[in-house]
Amino acid sequence: MNKSEVIDKEGLNRLIQILIGRGYEVVGPTVRDEAIIYDQVFSIEDFPAGWTDEQEGGIYRLKKRSDEALFGYNLGPHSWKKFLHPPERKLWQAQKEGLDFDIIPEKPEHKKYAFLGARSCELHAVAIQDKVFMQGTHTDLHYQALRKNALFVAVNCGQAASTCFCVSMQTGPEVENGHDLVLTEVLDDKRHDFLIEAGSEAGKNILKEVKAKPAGEGDIKKTKEIIANTATQMGRKMDTENIKELLYENLNHLNWDKIAERCLSCANCTMVCPTCFCSTVEDVTDITGEHAERWQKWDSCFTMDFSSIHGGVVRNSTKSRYRQWMVHKLASWQDQFDTSGCVGCGRCITWCPVGIDLTQEVGLIRKSEPGQSGILSGNEGQNENS
Amino acid sequence: MENFSPTDPMIPRSYRVKRKIRESHDTFTLDLQPDNLEEKTNFAPGQFNMLYTFGVGEVPISISGPMKESGHILHTIRGVGNVTQALNNLKIGQKVGLRGPFGNAWPIEEAKGKDVIIMAGGIGLAPLRPAVYSLFSQRQQYGDIALLYGSRKQEDLLFHKEFETWRGKYGIQVKVTVDTGDRSWKGNVGVVTTLVPRVSFDPSNCIAMICGPEVMMRFSALELTHAGLTEDKIFITMERNMKCAVGFCGHCQFGPAFICKDGPVFRYDQIKPFISTREF
Repeated sequence: MNKSEVIDKEGLNRLIQILIGRGYEVVGPTVRDEAIIYDQVFSIEDFPAGWTDEQEGGIYRLKKRSDEALFGYNLGPHSWKKFLHPPERKLWQAQKEGLDFDIIPEKPEHKKYAFLGARSCELHAVAIQDKVFMQGTHTDLHYQALRKNALFVAVNCGQAASTCFCVSMQTGPEVENGHDLVLTEVLDDKRHDFLIEAGSEAGKNILKEVKAKPAGEGDIKKTKEIIANTATQMGRKMDTENIKELLYENLNHLNWDKIAERCLSCANCTMVCPTCFCSTVEDVTDITGEHAERWQKWDSCFTMDFSSIHGGVVRNSTKSRYRQWMVHKLASWQDQFDTSGCVGCGRCITWCPVGIDLTQEVGLIRKSEPGQSGILSGNEGQNENS
Repeated sequence: MENFSPTDPMIPRSYRVKRKIRESHDTFTLDLQPDNLEEKTNFAPGQFNMLYTFGVGEVPISISGPMKESGHILHTIRGVGNVTQALNNLKIGQKVGLRGPFGNAWPIEEAKGKDVIIMAGGIGLAPLRPAVYSLFSQRQQYGDIALLYGSRKQEDLLFHKEFETWRGKYGIQVKVTVDTGDRSWKGNVGVVTTLVPRVSFDPSNCIAMICGPEVMMRFSALELTHAGLTEDKIFITMERNMKCAVGFCGHCQFGPAFICKDGPVFRYDQIKPFISTREF
């Protein structure tokens, strides 16, 4: 096990300065527009000290805490994917020369990000996007360049939201993998400290410079208690047993129609999801018609265009789009990437304007008689796909 | 200033139109050659490329020939969308961007020692033509070969000038039908599935490859199973929206697969549950 050490708030500031000194752009939690978001930070002054968030299906609001905790919130709408897989990025440009044109590729950005405050579920989400962009047949060179340079200073969650279910997805709340350093905030009447441990060689190297104090037996025990306590606070639960088979067998379940009565097809769930990776490309030309650019932009399976082919749109109904999203996230993701696409962060529940809760919807499908409406019952004739 | 990156799968490479062949009233074939003459134009039958025209956009197009390593590559295109019409407007010598080849291949190896049925609807014959050429190149390795081809109208039929050679030189059964025929049409009228009973093959030792509209492929597969083929011997090729062709963009997800990298060719029994589900 890695050696545990302790720093105080000043120590945390020191850590930020060391990271900046090493050429990192430090990104951490900060309050903006009544939400906690991730943006560039320069000291703990930028952190959401004393703020927490209340979450429920379709509800998110900031609330003052009775203490000055820096990591006393749960999760905001942002995830780290907006830095590693940006919402829009130029892929290349083309310049016309007479009847010819030349393509000029956009070089991958070699920026160094230090992500401060990543939670365990979020590290799992990054590991999932790694599989999508770096471990398939082809490699996304832009993602890879940013990812290889990125440093993660994770935080063990000191509380859970009512929308959290990382315990059932086995993605938290304790930070176990994918971090360079991990903090646990220890805060009571007498002290405001952070237990700090390295998770990689880079982390060890930085920790040396931080000049932390060795942690006592009590500190380590306290950290374990905090994490154990967080695990008991999960507001949601997902029964993942045979979930792939369950969904594949129920592609024509009546519950999809029920969901579609509420779903606005707004794509919020896909935008806030830390693992959703879909993108589209957009070709733009300037007014002279001599210069063209190709941009990659986040896209969502909830849009009409997403499935359009010559002759029409494959997924016309809201029902089919919601089904595509959930079946992909929880079932086909396992076939494609050998992991669930869900990390139990609950963002899709919180940021759904009508509060659709995927844990509940899976439960409803599970509760009904299996195999009545599924692909294995061979009801091909009823489902003409013209 | 040539500055193409060979490793970034999102960057098109530079190709030029060497020849343009009119195939029908709305369909044409572009014969493309790489600017970089060192570049290999190898592909497997069934694979596709992403073709880009300046300022308009990019589309996935199946490779329609040739088969030998030749330094050039054919794409048969129906000019019905913005990009395909722009491709149609290209003149000899003009440039296109090309990414690929992507995707998997028709089961040419698996079909060795067996009878082969090729079923195509409309432009669906284009991605199958390299498979046909490939069978011809080792004709003695295969048993009876049958091509069953249907289109809406006579004027939509592709490559029909080649059919005589295919029949005569390579001894394959070619049956053609149209949905609606005018007075000049002397051949079969009806959907392509009606041709199945009219060719000879051994259903217990046969591979079928089908390409056409989704509904045509489903009914063709059904007809072939009625004729005695098992679903694991039937292969179809799928189409979905595609932006990246390399598994990043998510558009072509189809159940457990990405059509761009796990397909476009699928064994029928493996995707039947999904293709049979409406709006999947």
